[in-house]
Amino acid sequence: MITRKRPVAGVCALLAALTAGLVAFPAAAAADEPTGRDAPKVNLVLDVSGSMRARDIDGRSRMAAAKQAFNEVLDATPEEVELGIRTLGANYAGDDREEGCEDTAQLYPVGPLDRTEAKTAVATLTPTGWTPIGPALLKAADDLEGGDGSKRIVLISDGEDTCAPLDPCEVAREIAAKGIGLTVDTLGLVPNVKMSRQLSCIAEATGGTYTSVEHQDELTDRVNELVDRAAEPVVTPVATEGAASCTRAPTLGSGLYTDREEFGQQRWYRVELPAGQELRASVSVAADRAVRPDYGVLLRAVTVHGREIVRGEATGNGRTDVLSTGLRYPRPEREDDDGGKPAAEVVCLAVTNSFSADSGVKTTPGLPLELTVDVVDGPDGSSDVASFGLGRGWWLLGALVLTGFLAGLVWGWLSRWRIAVWRTS
Amino acid sequence: MRVTRVLGAALLTLGLAAAPAAADSSPSPKAPEDGGAPTRAGTSFRTATEVEQGQTATARASTGDYLYWSFPADAGQRPTVHATVKLPESHAAQTWQIDVYDGLRRRQACQYGAQTRTAGTDKASVELECVLRTVRAWSEPWADDPLPGTYYVRLTALRLPTADLGQAVEAELRVGSKDVGGAAAVDGSLSEPLVPGIAMTSGAGEEEKDDDSGSPVLAGLEPEDGWSSGWWSDRWVWTAAGGALAALAGVAGYRLTRGSGRPPRVPPST
Repeated sequence: MITRKRPVAGVCALLAALTAGLVAFPAAAAADEPTGRDAPKVNLVLDVSGSMRARDIDGRSRMAAAKQAFNEVLDATPEEVELGIRTLGANYAGDDREEGCEDTAQLYPVGPLDRTEAKTAVATLTPTGWTPIGPALLKAADDLEGGDGSKRIVLISDGEDTCAPLDPCEVAREIAAKGIGLTVDTLGLVPNVKMSRQLSCIAEATGGTYTSVEHQDELTDRVNELVDRAAEPVVTPVATEGAASCTRAPTLGSGLYTDREEFGQQRWYRVELPAGQELRASVSVAADRAVRPDYGVLLRAVTVHGREIVRGEATGNGRTDVLSTGLRYPRPEREDDDGGKPAAEVVCLAVTNSFSADSGVKTTPGLPLELTVDVVDGPDGSSDVASFGLGRGWWLLGALVLTGFLAGLVWGWLSRWRIAVWRTS
Repeated sequence: MRVTRVLGAALLTLGLAAAPAAADSSPSPKAPEDGGAPTRAGTSFRTATEVEQGQTATARASTGDYLYWSFPADAGQRPTVHATVKLPESHAAQTWQIDVYDGLRRRQACQYGAQTRTAGTDKASVELECVLRTVRAWSEPWADDPLPGTYYVRLTALRLPTADLGQAVEAELRVGSKDVGGAAAVDGSLSEPLVPGIAMTSGAGEEEKDDDSGSPVLAGLEPEDGWSSGWWSDRWVWTAAGGALAALAGVAGYRLTRGSGRPPRVPPST
């Protein structure tokens, strides 16, 4: 009896599982259809100050190294990238500080690249003037204006900014706050410590990278890599502005968003979540300036009535670029099924940070905040194997064998007894 | 009795055959760069370079950079992240660290492995390792257990003197995983893996402009044989084998007490 029923039940379970599995596999359709995305833009900003005459890169002058690197980069630039070149300190050789600090010029406009034209323009450069990094960055950001593609400024310099009090670091932070997806990468030619600090500060303020260069091939490789990286397709976030309370907060759908959040500020967003769906949200707050070494980020999902549903929290210490956390909130199916579209619940998301900075550090614009929101189907409580009552391990096997054996014994004894009874009657 | 045995064996083979069949039915993952291992690393969560498990990703970078990679991990796997950093010829003492984040950008704990290591001035390279917890198919929303989906790796120098900023380093990253199998099965599963932006790429059929390979996605890689559907594990084999063995044991027990054939004193049927 037992020996016959078990396999049948097993086959039934297996069939059920197979059909369930097939149903759960909708072939993910992938429609291949190119979209009209804006071209990525790169602006190369080259320092042409007097110090570029120094002959310390593989025995050649810094200017010659930069020119050769530019020629090679212009040859290797991918077709889709719109490239421009801006110089700083190329024209004014005098001693007037004010005039020297305005000396930045567009050598080749950002747009589709004509390699020969660009190379000819580069060849004319001679090391001349001051190093106005801050003003050059501002102008370079203006050059890149327009379009939704990724934007990159590659700054190549051999000396620190000579145009204080305009701190290039703050300039970088401000232009990053203005434009979305704008990154400044910096390269220092034979840098000293002070210059390294300044250039890496500029890079970190915008989420870029800083590289120190002492050889010709390093310069070419790095600039090439940065231009290539600009050509890589990246998701562009949508700018949004969170409110100070849930009632006035913007309503977000699935997607990637950016915002700015000042130290100790609270940002609220709303998400509409239908019953049976799951909300996934993650938030990253970037430390784009010098912050104190202990910090935290808190993301809370709160009902409109102020009850906290779930929270994600992160703390850290030491050097960091970003601190992030996330949360999941699966909303249960509604019990009373009265048909129609399930009503959406408004979930409020509150983001707070506990970054802090020393008194000299500017607090505006706020720290860059990145928010991803995904609303997907809710989890299944019971499609997993463990819940089919399946087990595993030698103990299970032993228990099954023992039960089977005992049942066999009893069955055998019973049938023997039945025959005996039949014979006596 | 033979029927029983045949049925048992058939059940076992069916169970075994169902696994690859299920795997075949999901779409093949997109190769990152025509099968080649990536030679670059991203600089943020948004630009993280995607790496398949088993691939060795390399990147040239500068000290002070934050390098990001992402890899997919499925339920029942226990991923191990291994990173090597080749330091410049002369450098001061540097501390390097890898951090692993899940698809919700929550930091994931390492069970063991040297996640942070300081290289003295005489060291030419640093080796870092992080063994994650086993990825479960489901967990409570209030827990931060590892769930199937995308995982991010961040590699960076934690402490370094300004003089060392921007120097060229080479980084290498390898992600492997141990298959824990049905031992890690739990009671439930997610409808979609924890892949950032999945609501934009998988769901809406009406929004087709977000649903093609031409537009960028936050994370597009899947495990080699697709995301597991959550219904297959080696528990099927164990349970089926247990059933078959129980059947055999039952037959054995029956024969023991029933005796073989007819009782000796029963005369042949008249």
